[in-house]
Amino acid sequence: MDSREAILERVRNALGRKLGQKPLPPPEPLLRVRYETADAKLTLFRAQLNGTLTVVPDAAAAGNAVEKLLDGQSAVASDHPFLQACGIPNIPGVTANPEDLRNTCATAGVGITSAYCLLAETGTIVLRACPQEPRLLSLLPPIHIAVVPLDRLLTNLDEMLSMTPRPVDSDSSAMVLITGPSRTGDIEQMLVRGVHGPGAVHVVIVLGKTPPL
Amino acid sequence: MSAPDSAIRQTLANANLQLAIYSNTGRLKNHRSKAVAPDRFPEYQDLRTRAAAIKRHTLAFLDVYLLQLEHAVNDNGGKVIWASTGEEAADFIIQLAKDREANLIVKSKSMTTEEIHLNDRLAQHELETVETDLGEYILQLAGQRPFHILAPAIHMTRHDVAKVFNEKLGIEHDTVIENQAMTARRVLREKFLNAGIGITGANFLLADSGGVVIVENEGNARLTLSAPKIHVTVAGLEKLIPRARDLPVFLDLLGRSATGQPLTSYTSIVSGPRRNGELDGPEEFYVILLDAGRTKLLADPEMRESLQCIRCGACLNACPVYRKIGGHNYPWVYSGPIGKVITPQFQGVEKDPWLPFASSLCGACAEVCPVKIDIPGLLLKLRKEIVQANPEDRRYFRIWAWLMQRPGMYALAAKIGRALMGFNIGPLAAWRSERDLPAAPPKSFRDLWKQRKK
Amino acid sequence: MPRRAAIFVTCIVDQLFPNAGMAMVDVLERLGFEVEFRDAQTCCAQPAFNSGYQKEARAVARHFIDTFADAETIVVPSGSCTAMITHHYTDLFARDGQALERIRALTPKVFEFSQFLLGLPNLDALAARFPHKVTYHDSCHALRELGLKDAPRRLLGQVKDLELIEMEAAEECCGFGGTFSVKFAQISGAMARTKVDSILETGATHVVSLDSSCLMQLRGSLSRGGHKIETLHLAEVLASRG
Repeated sequence: MDSREAILERVRNALGRKLGQKPLPPPEPLLRVRYETADAKLTLFRAQLNGTLTVVPDAAAAGNAVEKLLDGQSAVASDHPFLQACGIPNIPGVTANPEDLRNTCATAGVGITSAYCLLAETGTIVLRACPQEPRLLSLLPPIHIAVVPLDRLLTNLDEMLSMTPRPVDSDSSAMVLITGPSRTGDIEQMLVRGVHGPGAVHVVIVLGKTPPL
Repeated sequence: MSAPDSAIRQTLANANLQLAIYSNTGRLKNHRSKAVAPDRFPEYQDLRTRAAAIKRHTLAFLDVYLLQLEHAVNDNGGKVIWASTGEEAADFIIQLAKDREANLIVKSKSMTTEEIHLNDRLAQHELETVETDLGEYILQLAGQRPFHILAPAIHMTRHDVAKVFNEKLGIEHDTVIENQAMTARRVLREKFLNAGIGITGANFLLADSGGVVIVENEGNARLTLSAPKIHVTVAGLEKLIPRARDLPVFLDLLGRSATGQPLTSYTSIVSGPRRNGELDGPEEFYVILLDAGRTKLLADPEMRESLQCIRCGACLNACPVYRKIGGHNYPWVYSGPIGKVITPQFQGVEKDPWLPFASSLCGACAEVCPVKIDIPGLLLKLRKEIVQANPEDRRYFRIWAWLMQRPGMYALAAKIGRALMGFNIGPLAAWRSERDLPAAPPKSFRDLWKQRKK
Repeated sequence: MPRRAAIFVTCIVDQLFPNAGMAMVDVLERLGFEVEFRDAQTCCAQPAFNSGYQKEARAVARHFIDTFADAETIVVPSGSCTAMITHHYTDLFARDGQALERIRALTPKVFEFSQFLLGLPNLDALAARFPHKVTYHDSCHALRELGLKDAPRRLLGQVKDLELIEMEAAEECCGFGGTFSVKFAQISGAMARTKVDSILETGATHVVSLDSSCLMQLRGSLSRGGHKIETLHLAEVLASRG
């Protein structure tokens, strides 16, 4: 008997269950969805975000805000349509959707992405892997900037999961919830930022109408 | 086997180590208390009840959920490997590494891989395996075991780290912690980008979506599962929960219980290799489901709840015994209260029969466990089992029980006992080795009561 | 018509800390109770239960149940003994339906001392006075199994001229744990010394608790460390007239 069958049989025997026996349904999932106004969410997000938050009135202003944040550093940006709408690829020093993604990310000073959504209650940026948003972009460079339309600001993870019950599926291999910079307390419990992931996180939220994602 | 008395004595006598253990666990304990305080987190007790119920349910129907997970992982282009033993899990990885000519492997922190001595096994086949969690990396260089489930190098100072880096990496002796962390970042970055395989554990496995959930603060797990071409997850059978929608309950409890954080810096949910069009991520994705004795625990309905553990470490930080003796005095990789409970079950009660007795049953662990494991209750059950097999004190308790059912005999025996209290015999000597014993009162309460009535 | 209260003094109070028992009698009488001491009482069986010797524990527990089954109210100067009776007797007799019935009838009548007092309307009749700096040790079973955090503190709050100073490690186990204190003496001793450090930080001259076993452990460690701090049971404080 191979291990698969052996393990399943041991499990069933341990539980006194038969092959094919129907289970009881699981307890109802608890999703604490709290609806807040956009203003309330912004206030909450600003308070919770471990990083800087810039709120801008429109896409053009977003481009300016990012340029300011870059402060002359080289950056790599994703191919996300929202970043294009904000003119991010046109900012001097920004390489959008580079040929050699890995090396560009490994040497860039800043990584610029959009986001799948933001979570106000915890100051979280949610990224979902897709052709326009590679994983390493928000991970290798020492600084991460996320440019996101306001309507992607949700209240909490429960709300996100009630809208997206399958965080990973045929469309996406990975979702990551980013709550603040990379950090460690492994040596004498002293906090150090930017151990492996970015040491600083900046979010730019864009008000006004968004092009559909 | 008896308790490691001399090792414990050394630990207790090491003032620096005592300070490190007590203050660091104290800090984590306080962070947790603040994070779950009723005014800050009113739903805490309700979530504990729910989390315990979800885990209990999942374990009760584990066969169904395992199959569901396998199906979902397959749908996502990944593969599930079933490993009855740690050896099988290691063999799979070794074969995979050889087939793909992947000689460099990076790992993020996983107690499960410690449990099965994965690194040692891989090393026997000339596969370089690098721990990437900062604490684990330091320990790997130093050749030491983890001291604490969550903070493996909690017992080391910056000076210890400087020495290790100097000796093993050949860099200048530097005690500035920030520099030490940046050294690790620099050295490990190169490993991440050149490794052929990334191995992680899993905090949770989502049966409905085939998701592997990994919670961390450093970013090393994200790099481990994103940079190399192959991602292998090694996870115990008990890591399953039914749905992604069950995750918020557990995430809310895990971060707060462990370090006081509502959410850690990164929570990754991954399943399967990169999809069509994705520019990075692994090309091959494996989930190794590990039994290695878990089905044995599952089979005991009284002890099964020990499998509910989500490895938050809160019980370690709360335990007055752990806070004195530290992780290295426990016989297995899992230390602290949960370690006391699962070690005898995995390894057999006869291996370290002293372990379940090394507790004052204070209940601090049960109070902080996010999934309501009744650790003191389980310790009592283990004690019952141990003395049934080896009743070395039975004759004392038989005599004691005989006396305690006969008040006149009890009173007489106690009077004699009181008269002997000044002597240094047996348990009296053991008591006096650490503290004074009061002089026996000349009269017992019942003597005084009798006098009163006259 | 004075109400009756049967007392279960516990074996450790009976033999080693009789003053705590007499103080409890004093307090109960002052509050208008007729105190009954049933001579047949011995032990709650906790030592055997905690050591895994269930059969022996059951024999002794049965003796307790027989002794107190028909009592109206039972008051106990110990959190751990009370918890043994109210929380663990059902585990001990899980397979004995008849015994379980008797236990379910008995346990609602069993009270830890401070638990009992707080339910009474005439506490000011105590007129207790204890003009000292006191710190309070939360004994584990009282705290975690009986949920007694505020009760003893409120009672101390009613004592004239008593200054209560909380210690940082109030909720940490003192290290007694029954046979643990001798089987793992080193660890037990180290745990006690941590409590002692915390006690010293408060500047208190007295340590109070609900459990004499804890007090014995703390007193032993304080004394070994050469400290002149005294330990006493809550009943002794409440019986004090200053």
